[in-house]
Amino acid sequence: MATNTSGFEGATKIKNSPSSMIFYIIAYTLVGAMAIICLVPFLIMVSGSFTAEKYITFHGFNIYPVEFSTSAYELIFKNPGTVIKAYGVSIYVTILGTFLGLMLTAATAYVLGRKDFKYRNKFSFFFYFTTLFNGGLVCTYIFFIRYLHLKDSLWAIILPGMFSVFNMLIMRTFVVGIPTALIESAKIDGAGEYKIFFSIILPLLKPGLATIGLFLALAYWNNWYNAMLFINNTDKYPLQYMLYNTLQKAEAMSRIAAQAGIVVADVPSNSLKMAMAVVATGPILIVYPFVQKYFVAGITIGSVKG
Amino acid sequence: MKYLKNFGAEFKKNKALFSMLAPAFILTLVLSYIPMVGLILAFKNFNYGAGIFGSKFNGFENFRFLFASGKGWQITRNTILYNLLNLITSQAIAILLSIFITEIKAKYYKKITQSLIFLPYFISWVLVGIFVFAIFNYETGLLNNLRKAAGAEAYNIYDHASIWPFLICAFNAWKWSGYNSVIYIAAITGVDQEIYEAAAIDGANIFQRIRHIMLPCIRPTVITMLLLQVGRILRGDFEMFYQIVGNNGQLFDMTDVIDTYVFRSLMSTNNIGMTTAAALYQSVVCFVVIVLVNAIVKKIDADYALF
Repeated sequence: MATNTSGFEGATKIKNSPSSMIFYIIAYTLVGAMAIICLVPFLIMVSGSFTAEKYITFHGFNIYPVEFSTSAYELIFKNPGTVIKAYGVSIYVTILGTFLGLMLTAATAYVLGRKDFKYRNKFSFFFYFTTLFNGGLVCTYIFFIRYLHLKDSLWAIILPGMFSVFNMLIMRTFVVGIPTALIESAKIDGAGEYKIFFSIILPLLKPGLATIGLFLALAYWNNWYNAMLFINNTDKYPLQYMLYNTLQKAEAMSRIAAQAGIVVADVPSNSLKMAMAVVATGPILIVYPFVQKYFVAGITIGSVKG
Repeated sequence: MKYLKNFGAEFKKNKALFSMLAPAFILTLVLSYIPMVGLILAFKNFNYGAGIFGSKFNGFENFRFLFASGKGWQITRNTILYNLLNLITSQAIAILLSIFITEIKAKYYKKITQSLIFLPYFISWVLVGIFVFAIFNYETGLLNNLRKAAGAEAYNIYDHASIWPFLICAFNAWKWSGYNSVIYIAAITGVDQEIYEAAAIDGANIFQRIRHIMLPCIRPTVITMLLLQVGRILRGDFEMFYQIVGNNGQLFDMTDVIDTYVFRSLMSTNNIGMTTAAALYQSVVCFVVIVLVNAIVKKIDADYALF
C-alpha cells in the first residue's frame, strides 16, 4: 500500500490543506442548497395537491402534506373529460410535431452537412438569418390568422415549432461525424440520394435523432404560448394551456365565492390548482430520470457551436 | 446571369438534395420571411378593412407616438436592464455551480444535486407561474405562512413593485442555471484530465487550478454566451414575464418589457401600427447590435466570432 501511492498522497495532502477544505465545504454546501431550492417548489406542488383545502385556507401551503386528502384528485377524475381531451391534444401535437420536425431537421442537416453541396453556406445563412431578424409577434399573428387561416387549428402550434436553427446545427454535428466514404461507396453501388438518406444516414443518426426528438417533444409538450395566441376552441386546448386557464378560472372563482359570502374552503381551488399542475407535469417528471442524459449530450454539442 | 446558370446546373445535378432541403426552406420562407413584409405596417395607419397593403402610410407617426408617450423609453430601459441583470446573475451562478460540481468527488451527491438543479429547465413557464402563486400569494403562500408562524406581518409582494426585478431575476436563474451549468461543465471537462492531475501533483491548490485551468477553459464559452445574449438585448422572455407577473397592472412600470407590451397592445388596444413599430425597432436594434459586436469580436479574435 505504501509503495505506489506517492502521487496519490501528494494529492490528498493538497486536498486537506485548510484553504482547500474550506473550498470543499463551500462547494458541497452551495451545490446542495441550490439543489434544495430547485426541489422545494415541486414539493409544495405535490404536497399542496394532497392537502385538505381547509388546511390550506387557514395555514397556507407547506412542503409536506399536514392534513392528507385526495379530494382534489377525486374532483379532477370525477369529471375527467377536459383533462383527457387536453392530454389527447398534447399527445397528438407532441407526436406529430416531433415526427415531422425530426424528418425536417434530419433532411436539412444532412444536405447542409454534405461537404460536396455547393450552396450549403448560402442556405445555412438563409436559415441562420431568421435568428437575427424577424417580423415579430404582430406580423406573424396577422399573417397566421388572416392569410394562413390557422385560427383554432392545431397546425398553429405544430408548424412554428417544427424547425429550429439550433436543433438543425446540433443535428449537423452528428451528420458531419458520418464518414463521407460511406456515402461515396453507396453512390458507386448505384444508390440514389433518397436511398442513401433513408437506409444509410438515418440509421446512423439515431443518437442525434434521439437527442433532437427529445428537445422537440419537450418544447411541444410545454407549449402554451401558441395555443394562447391561436386556439379559442376549448376542445383544442393542449394540457399546459388548459392548466393555465384552470388557474385563472380558479382564481376568479374563489374571488367570486368570497364576494358572495361562500366559505372559500368549500371550493377546493388551492389544492385543485396543485393537483392539476401535478397531472400536467407528471409525465415529464416520470421520464426525466431516463431522458436527462440525452439533453445533457445535446446541450453539450450545441454549446460547441455547429 | 452566370450565377443563375451555375445555380441551374447545380440544381439539375443535385435535384434530390435540393428536394430534401425544400420543406425546411419553404417552411422558413413562409413562417419567417413572408411575415417580415408586414413590418411595413410600422409606417402605416393600420385599418382592418383595408388590410396590410391597403392601409395608408403615415411616415414615422407610429414611432413618434410610441416614444412620445414615454412608454417606448420605459419598456426599452426595462428590457435592457432585465437582460443585463439576468445575464450576469444566471451566468455567474452557472459558472460557480459548474466549478463546484466538477470538483465534487462524492458520486451520488454529485449525481442527485446535478439532476435536481437541471430539473427546472424541463417544466413550462405555466408551472413556474403556479410556483410563484404557491410561494408568494398573500393568503396561502408559503412565504406568508412562514412569516405568520414566526409572528411577523403577512407581506403582499404585489404592493411592492421594487422587489419584482429581484424576483424575476431569481426565477430566471432558477430556471436556467442547470441548463447553463451543463454547458460550462462540458467546457471544463472537455480539457484533458491529465492537465488537472499534473497540476495537482505539481502542488497547485484548488484555487490555482480554478484560476489557471478552469477559468481559461470556459472563457470561449463565456464569450459565446455573452454574444448570443447581446444579440437579444432588446428581446424580453415573454413567457417568463407573462407567467410570473401576470396581469398585475400596478407592477407594469417595473416589469413591462417590449414583448409583453407588444402582446398586450395586440390583444387589447389594437393599435397595430404602433405595435409593429415597437417590433421593428426591437428587431433592427438587435440586428445592428449583434452585427456590430460580432464584427468587433472578429477583429480582436476571429475564433470567438459567431458568424
